[in-house]
Amino acid sequence: MVAPLVEFRSVVKRFDDFVAVERVNFTIEAGEFVAIMGPSGCGKTTTLRMLAGLEAPSEGEVLMEGRVMNDVPAHERDTPLVWQSLALFPFLNARENVEFGLQMRGVAAAERRRRALEWLDRMEIAEFAERDIASLSGGQKQRVALARSLVIEPRILLLDEPLSALDANLVIRMQSVLTKLQRELGITFVYVTHSQSEAFAMADRVVIMSRGHIAQIGSPKDIYRAPANRFVAEFVGRNNIITGTVGKATAKTVTIDGSLGSFTVDLGQHEKPRQGDTARFVVAADLAQISTAKPRRGNAIACSLISEEFIGSVVTLFLEAEDGSELKVQLQERELSKMDLKQAATIYLSWAADQAHYIGAD
Amino acid sequence: MSDNRPLRWFLYGYLALVFTFIFAPILFSVIFSFNSDRFPTIPLGSFTLKWYQTVWNDPDVWEAARTSLTVSLSTATIATLLGFATAYTDYRYSFRLKPVYLGLVLLPPTIPLIIMALAMLAWFAKLGISGQVMSIIIAHSVLTAPFAMAIIRLRLSQMDPSLESAAWNLGASQWSALRRVIVPFCLPAIISSFCLTAAVSFDEFAISWFVSGLNKTIPVIILEIVTGNIDPQVNAIGSFVFLVSMTLVIIAQVVLMTRRKKEV
Repeated sequence: MVAPLVEFRSVVKRFDDFVAVERVNFTIEAGEFVAIMGPSGCGKTTTLRMLAGLEAPSEGEVLMEGRVMNDVPAHERDTPLVWQSLALFPFLNARENVEFGLQMRGVAAAERRRRALEWLDRMEIAEFAERDIASLSGGQKQRVALARSLVIEPRILLLDEPLSALDANLVIRMQSVLTKLQRELGITFVYVTHSQSEAFAMADRVVIMSRGHIAQIGSPKDIYRAPANRFVAEFVGRNNIITGTVGKATAKTVTIDGSLGSFTVDLGQHEKPRQGDTARFVVAADLAQISTAKPRRGNAIACSLISEEFIGSVVTLFLEAEDGSELKVQLQERELSKMDLKQAATIYLSWAADQAHYIGAD
Repeated sequence: MSDNRPLRWFLYGYLALVFTFIFAPILFSVIFSFNSDRFPTIPLGSFTLKWYQTVWNDPDVWEAARTSLTVSLSTATIATLLGFATAYTDYRYSFRLKPVYLGLVLLPPTIPLIIMALAMLAWFAKLGISGQVMSIIIAHSVLTAPFAMAIIRLRLSQMDPSLESAAWNLGASQWSALRRVIVPFCLPAIISSFCLTAAVSFDEFAISWFVSGLNKTIPVIILEIVTGNIDPQVNAIGSFVFLVSMTLVIIAQVVLMTRRKKEV
């Protein structure tokens, strides 16, 4: 079997007393677009920096193609990084910036120039080749930074929140530039971000980190539809997390009794929980339905409407249940316009049994 | 805003006074260096270049100028190197005794010059290297390195902290990152600190006077001339020294303040 391109084996990184990364295990295959996502301070950037050799693991091993990389210094790895600040050299022009990595690899001047210009052309900024970095726009700098990293023809490209300084329109444009580039080059992209929309829009696989641990690894759809735990369910957002105690349980389903009522949920892959344990399940806001009359079958919670939030054609309704907990439901604006919620004293939030996702106790 | 007008005029006047007090003596020194009268009095005599001619023909002055030039250029080189090394150490590494390190590095300018001069003289005498050009260079380097450190440190503090890591990430070893990224980034500050330390060394009197022995620098020879008699050639030398120092300081300022324009 071929060794994976990247493997983290129980990697720990401590800074004095602070544990930034705690026993992290994962692999990245060649050609994947992997996003490492999490709130600030979760260890995602430290993980990336260990991959680039800019931080040394305190424990465990970082492997590339089966080779332990712990003692390989940063400048001997082909792991170019696109920095959050871009870190372009301000005293060099665009072309000289792109040539830097080639120069360090001893490529002759003429060849260097040719390859740099080729990449600037590919990034559609050839006309700015001799321009000072300071005179370029945010999007142009981004492209120079990408060219500078890719010109050395690496097998893996690391990106540390490269789009965080751009305005919303440009972010969308650069996202498609990046996905197209990754597909054309067929190399591995490891993309660190705190933005769910960036991660889900681009990545094949998402690693969600929380306080130095990996909370879940999976495809965007897995993470969205089947959050592994409460942290992921909350971080991904727009989820209703309902807590209760385990009542009746079979091998396939479980009844969870809480202050909102008693609900039956599919266990999915989970082990059968013990009666009396705390358990949670998730109802995604876009899978929940609302009605003004109480549904005859299935799970439903009586609520009152608090507020609405319009984002384009999608509306999010914020509801309050009788016990005071807040619930959300997302639906198309045209569906909403068919209902007369203003007149209804009670709104019922309901879902089909197989659309609730059990997440256990944590 | 119009209420502030009296205050503004007062401040302008104050500023004018400050500059007058600083520059009037120098200005008069320059004027008297072209005055034919032996004594600096008003009304002025006729315009003359004879004091400059006297200076030009004085081998002692030439000797002093050569010494001063050697000292100030060597001092500037050593002080800038030391300053860069200490500033980079401060930028790159964090260690427990850093406040102590910084305190020691920045200490020399706070010591009264006369104390420092005496201490240097005693120390050099003990080592058997007093009275040489080298002794002035060493003493001046100690005095001026903190200025170089402060200027270069300021520049490093403006640098994106990822810049050096970015160089490593692209395949630069520690040395080549230092050479290709840190030094080019700091270049304006390096040039500027070279000029400033050269200017300080060129003007410095107390330490030079104590440790120079027979190798007189320009400020030392000026004192020798004025203690002998009142001689307007001092004004001529003074004007020249002022010109050199101001040129260096202005270069330093211009280099530090203008952003590098890319040559096309």
